[in-house]
Order: sequence, then structure tokens, then C-alpha cells
Amino acid sequence: MIFASEDSIATAQDLASNEATARAEERLEAELGKDLLRFSTAGSVDDGKSTLIGRLLYDSQNVYDDHVRAVTRNATIDFAQLTDGLRAEREQGITIDVAYRYFSTPKRKFIIADTPGHEQYTRNMATGASTADVAIVLVDARKGILDQTRRHACIAALLGIPIVLAAINKMDLVDFSQEVFDRYHRDLQALARQLEIPELIAVPVSAIDGDNVVHRSQRMPWYDGPSLLELLETVPLAIDRSNAGFRLPVQRVMRPNQDFRGFAGQITAGTVHPGDEILALPSGRRTRVRSITTWDGDLDVARAPQSVVLTLEDEIDLSRGDMIAAVAAAPLKTTHFEATVVWMHSTPLRPGATYFLKHTSQTVRARVVEIRSRIRVEHLEQHPAQQLALNDIGQVVIETSRPILADLYRDSRATGSLILIDPTDNTTAGAGMIRNITDREAGNLDRATRGLLVIGNRAELALQLEQSLLQSGALVLRTHVPTSPALVAIAHLGALVLIESDSAEPITFTAVRGADTTPRELAFDKPDEIFNEVQRLGTIPTGEDDNDNGLGI
Amino acid sequence: MTATATDRLTHMQLLEAESIHIFREVASEFENPVMLYSIGKDSSVMLRLAQKAFYPSPIPFPLLHVDTGYKFAEMLEFRDRYTAELGVKLIVWRNEEALADGANPIKLGTQRCCGLLKTQALLDALRDHHFDAAFGGARRDEEKSRAKERIFSFRDSAGQWDPKNQRPELWNLFNGRIGPNESIRVFPLSNWTELDVWHYIHLEKIPIVPLYFAKPRRMLVRGDALIPVEQPFVQGLPGEEQWVKCRLRSLGCSPCTGAIRSDADTVPKIIDELMGMRNSERANRVIDHDQDGSMEIKKREGYF
Repeated sequence: MIFASEDSIATAQDLASNEATARAEERLEAELGKDLLRFSTAGSVDDGKSTLIGRLLYDSQNVYDDHVRAVTRNATIDFAQLTDGLRAEREQGITIDVAYRYFSTPKRKFIIADTPGHEQYTRNMATGASTADVAIVLVDARKGILDQTRRHACIAALLGIPIVLAAINKMDLVDFSQEVFDRYHRDLQALARQLEIPELIAVPVSAIDGDNVVHRSQRMPWYDGPSLLELLETVPLAIDRSNAGFRLPVQRVMRPNQDFRGFAGQITAGTVHPGDEILALPSGRRTRVRSITTWDGDLDVARAPQSVVLTLEDEIDLSRGDMIAAVAAAPLKTTHFEATVVWMHSTPLRPGATYFLKHTSQTVRARVVEIRSRIRVEHLEQHPAQQLALNDIGQVVIETSRPILADLYRDSRATGSLILIDPTDNTTAGAGMIRNITDREAGNLDRATRGLLVIGNRAELALQLEQSLLQSGALVLRTHVPTSPALVAIAHLGALVLIESDSAEPITFTAVRGADTTPRELAFDKPDEIFNEVQRLGTIPTGEDDNDNGLGI
Repeated sequence: MTATATDRLTHMQLLEAESIHIFREVASEFENPVMLYSIGKDSSVMLRLAQKAFYPSPIPFPLLHVDTGYKFAEMLEFRDRYTAELGVKLIVWRNEEALADGANPIKLGTQRCCGLLKTQALLDALRDHHFDAAFGGARRDEEKSRAKERIFSFRDSAGQWDPKNQRPELWNLFNGRIGPNESIRVFPLSNWTELDVWHYIHLEKIPIVPLYFAKPRRMLVRGDALIPVEQPFVQGLPGEEQWVKCRLRSLGCSPCTGAIRSDADTVPKIIDELMGMRNSERANRVIDHDQDGSMEIKKREGYF
């Protein structure tokens, strides 16, 4: 009999250990390169949402054995039960709320904000949607687009989710019919246009059997697109689509000693480098970034949404609630603006009511001076309203005691959002998205390019012009509604109205100030040529000091 | 500027940025915050994030360790050494009265024992020091009732949690307004998973208690469970006590925290083990299995 010597045993163990370490480090490297996508789901018990999430987690191998065992009956896994903590809670009379779930695939990490479809749905869906990059909207293939689908899509659109994935579920119950899928797909695309959702992608699925959830279905050869998970793994994050300039709301001043004075905050948009020229707001003073200081050392560049400390070349007085922003595209200073508000308090919102308003790192007193309308999310109609009750959504006008430094929500979620806090019970009473900044302090309203620009069916051009006009400081309103007196009135208020349509009509521009208000055809095809001409026709030269920062601040 | 592929922030950078933002909001909006320090891996990560959040200034609040009296000796040794090394202020609080009465999980059952030595001690410590905000390392991925927990979790003047009366939380706008004697529990690691915590420990080379690493330890072997032998009142049946190569997946009180058989003696190996793991993290914790929804009940009473 041959005995292995102690030495050779030790060597074999070392080898195994080294191998384990090498394998572990290799896997780790891949893990650490992943990014993080947040998506929201909403729906009630019957529409298959829990089954869909359960299937997504199970087929992507994100469920622990003890959980699978707990929901397996007669060798059948109840996918809905895998994730449906909420159902159990409701049966026990506990709470229904937003539940967050976490999973990852070899390509990406994910956070799901999962909300129930009924009780408190508006509040919960808005909460889940507020940080989401993507919304998954469910459609039952037997029933088509119901109020619930419309409601979720509408809230996703209001909360600025750039991509909606529509899962047309229960395809197994309609014989995997392409005709059914095509019909609902058309309806959904029309809904997306109406809601101005930038991108809607429909996928035919059967959550219960797993078709097109993680793995592509063999049973719908007419569909050759990606599965739901493949889409989730590849769509861009919302923050990477943002076009806003650099902004850092000051959270805290760091002054560890006499020689160091830095401004701590999370970058909400754009990038920053040492040497960049910036505006300190609200003072409007210009200076340059001296350093981007972090615990890991000074950085050559930082980008949204990193949390950093900036030091500046000049001694400038900045405190919590102030902002450091790019000179070229600064936010607006305002005390009077329009916002879409989701109401979350049992006491209805009425005109004249006062609240604390928290916006970035600043809290101010605010009064709701007017309720313009209530939005019926199921039918997307605006109705006149005297008040907004719990779970209502409406357009309101807000006035603040001190100016805030804001962007429109569509340009920047972080600097375009706010919460209203009830001053008596301190609860979060409402959530608001700034839609329109109307006061004079909003800066360059008088000088902004204004007028009506008809662009026809050139969507790509419309997008490019919208971006360059917004960056130039114009208040752009992009719409599919044909020219109307209301749009002319909006242009008179200081907006550049960008009108799209389904026809290849000529590009025209109508100025709304000065004597000449007839539409003029713009016979150009390059976006920057059109941009220059629009600027020339729609802007009045002011002859003011060129050193003015152009922001009224 | 349009982001290119190389501009992409990784999930670790995104989570870190979010947590730092939370730390800074709390330190700026509250008068007297404190960080609950449990000595575990999540606390170690929180501590590093707090250092980063306030750099180059020092951490502007103390740490509080609620010592049940049944923590592993290795944990206490690590606590004292590491906090001294970082120069942070550490407050240790024990429910001395209950311990003098001989409170332990065998005698009282885990629920009453936790109630006295953890929840009661915590509430007393917070009240005694007039803390208005307390950071905790809880994660939403740990347990069902935590999946819906807010990042700013409101507690009434008795320190209790009402799951029906939590403030909606949108974007990263946190509402920190409170009345007299009310407080907020803050969870900067809400969106981290167990794996994220380990990734961060690896990337940042964060020191952790050696109990997390596998080595041969004296254990009571009972079915699948490995029960650490630390306290005199934890005694096995003949033959149950053995040397087993194992490690702890989460650190609690020695009588109530089971170990797992493992060869993972480095952080990369732990991560590798977790990625192949087929059971959830708290499966080894005795207290969560007391009764259905037990975590929710504990949280309502004031537990983290």
C-alpha cells in the first residue's frame, strides 16, 4: 500500500486553493464591471405580474433553493409566490407598498421597484417610477389595454421614465397569435405617442411558461426580437440619456481646517474637470474648479451621479442649498413655477395652502397659488379642479418664499423634482415635477428664442433642434398638436414651440414678436443651419452688456 | 455631453455615490445623529462610506454599539482595536439590569431575549443620548419586511415603526422633518445586496472580523446546524461537539448565530462561495424563524 507523504498532500491542497483563488478573482473581475439598472413594475394579482417577476428571477438563476422549496407544490413551482410578499401581507391585513428586489445576470445588476396595482396605486407607482430607468407595463393578451395599463404608462411618462417595455402576457391563452400581438402593439405605440414616452418596446410573453421572459420562445416564430431580459440587459440608463449641463447642489461645506474649503454634493448632471469654469449660484459669480477631492484621492474627472467635494479657485460664499453649475447651461432661478403634483396626503391640496418645499438640498416655504387642472390618468384628460385629493395628480402653480435653482423636470429629474412637506404633521404630502418656469427671475425669458417652428414628420431633426435650442436657453415645448391659438399664446409667454406632425410638410418658423408674424419657410436641411435661422428670427438683440451671464442672476 | 461606454459608472460606484449622499443629508439636517455599529461586515462598509462622505473632515457623529453581552469575543476585540485605530468616538450600551437578572436566549426564548438585550437597550441608548437620527446597516434584500423599508424610516416618540404610516420616498429627496422626541432610522445600504457588500469589502480592502473566514472551529453539530460554543449555557449532547472547518455568514450573538461549513478563507473565495450558494443569508439566523413575519413584529417594536 502506498501512502502519500504529508508534503504531497499539502501541495495538492495548495494547488486546489490557488485554483479556487484564480477562479474567484476571474469571476470577481467580471462582476465588478457591471452597472446597475432600476426598473419599475406595477399591477394587481391577476395580471400575472408576480408570475412574470418570479419567472424572471427563477430563469436567470436568482432564487435560493429554500425559497423555491417553500413555494413548490406537487412538483410545480408557483412563480407568483416566489416574489409575492405583498399578497401574503394583504391577506394578513398588513401593508401594501413599494417592495424593492435585487437580482443580477452576467451582464448587469438590477433593482426592481415593485408596486401593487390597486390601493394607493398612484402614490406607490410614482414612488417606484421616480428612480426607474425602465418601466415594465403588463398587458393581458386576452383583454388588451385596460385602464390599469394606461394608468401605469401615464405615471411612467409623468415621472420621466425614458423607456417603457410592454410585456404582452398570457400569449399561450390566445394561441400565440401574431394578429393579437400586432393589434395591441399598435395601440401601445399610439399611447406612447400621446404620452410622449420616448421609447416603447413590446414583447409577446407567456410568463407562466417562460416564453420570451429570459429565454426566447420557440412557440412564436413570427417574433424574432429579444426577450424581456435581453432588453433589460442592454437598454441605456436614464442618467446617460440626460442632456443637462453640469450641476452640483451643495449639500455641505467641508472645512476641516483653515486651508481647506470644499463643497460636498452629488453631481446631478454632466461632468466636471479641474480647471472648468463654473457659476456659483445664486450669486452668479464665475470661477474655476481647483480640485475634485475624494477619499480616494483627487480626480481628473467626475460625472453624474458621483458624490464628490469641489474646491474652487476663488473664495466664494456658498452654503447648503446653493448650486455649482456649468456656465454654458445653468439652471434657472425661480420663485414662481408650474408643476405636476402627485398628492399623497389625506387632507386635499387646496389653493392658498402652505408647505415646506424640498428641492435638491434646499428647503423653503412654499404656497400653492393655483390649481390649474386634475389629470385623469386612465384617460389622460385634464379637468378643471378646485382641489387635489389623495392619489390625485394635477397641474398647480407654486410660489416659494426664497428662490430655488431649478431645471424643467424633462431636462433633469434631480433638479426638476420637489417634495411638499405638511408643516403640521411633517409628512410628505406631495411630489412635484417642474413643468414650466414662469417668473421674470427665470432669467433670459425676455431674450430667449421664441416662436412656432413646424417640423413635420422629421423626428430625428426635431430631437436635434430640441436639444440645441434647450442648450441655448430657449424654453422648448415639443408637441404633436397642430398650430392653435393656445400654442401661439404659449410662444408669446416666452416658449419656442416645436410642432411635429405625421406629414412631410415644409419646415416653417413663425415669429411672435415684432411686426412680421407670418410663417416663413426655412429651406435648409442641416440642423445647425435651421437652428441659426430660428435664433436669428426668434431672438431680439438686446444690446446689453456681453459680460452679463444671461441668466438674470 | 453624451456618455460613451468608458464613462459608465459601475454598480459599486453608483451604490457608493447614493450612500454618501444619504450620509451627508442626515449630517446636515439633523442635530444629533449616531451610527449604529454592530461590528459586522455591513457596519464595516457603513463606516468606510461615512469616512468617504465627510473626507477630508472627520466623521461628524459617534458610533453606538448595543452590546447584548453575548457577542463573540473576537467581535469585541475587533471593535475596540478598529475604532481606536480610526479615531472615531464609540459609545457602548448594555442593558445591565436585564443581564444582571440572567437574561439569555435559553432561559427567555429568543424573542424575549432580543426584546430586552437588543430592542430595549437600543431605545434606552437613543433616548438617553437624545439622538434624533440613527444610521443602521440593514439592507432591503435581507428579509421580506425589509424589502419595503424606507431609506429614512420614521419612528414615533416611543421609537416604534408603523408600517402603515411611512413617508413616501421619491427620487433622492429625503424628508427629515420630525417633531419633539421623534426620530428617523436611516439605512444608507438599503439598495446593497449581500454580494455588493462583499464586492466593496474586496475592492476597498476593508478590515472585517476574522469570524467571517473559514478555519477549524469548535462547534455543536446538530443536523445541518453548526452552533458556536462560546457561552457556558450553550451545551451539546455527547458527541455533538466537534472541530469543523466553518465560517459565519452574518454576525450576531453567539448562541443564536449558526455557522456554515466552508473552505472560504479569503474575500474572493467568500464571494465565489456566495455566488454558488443555494440558500438565503438569514437562513442561519435563529431569530427570523421564530414565527411568520417575526422581523416585521420586531421592527414595529423598535428593532432595526
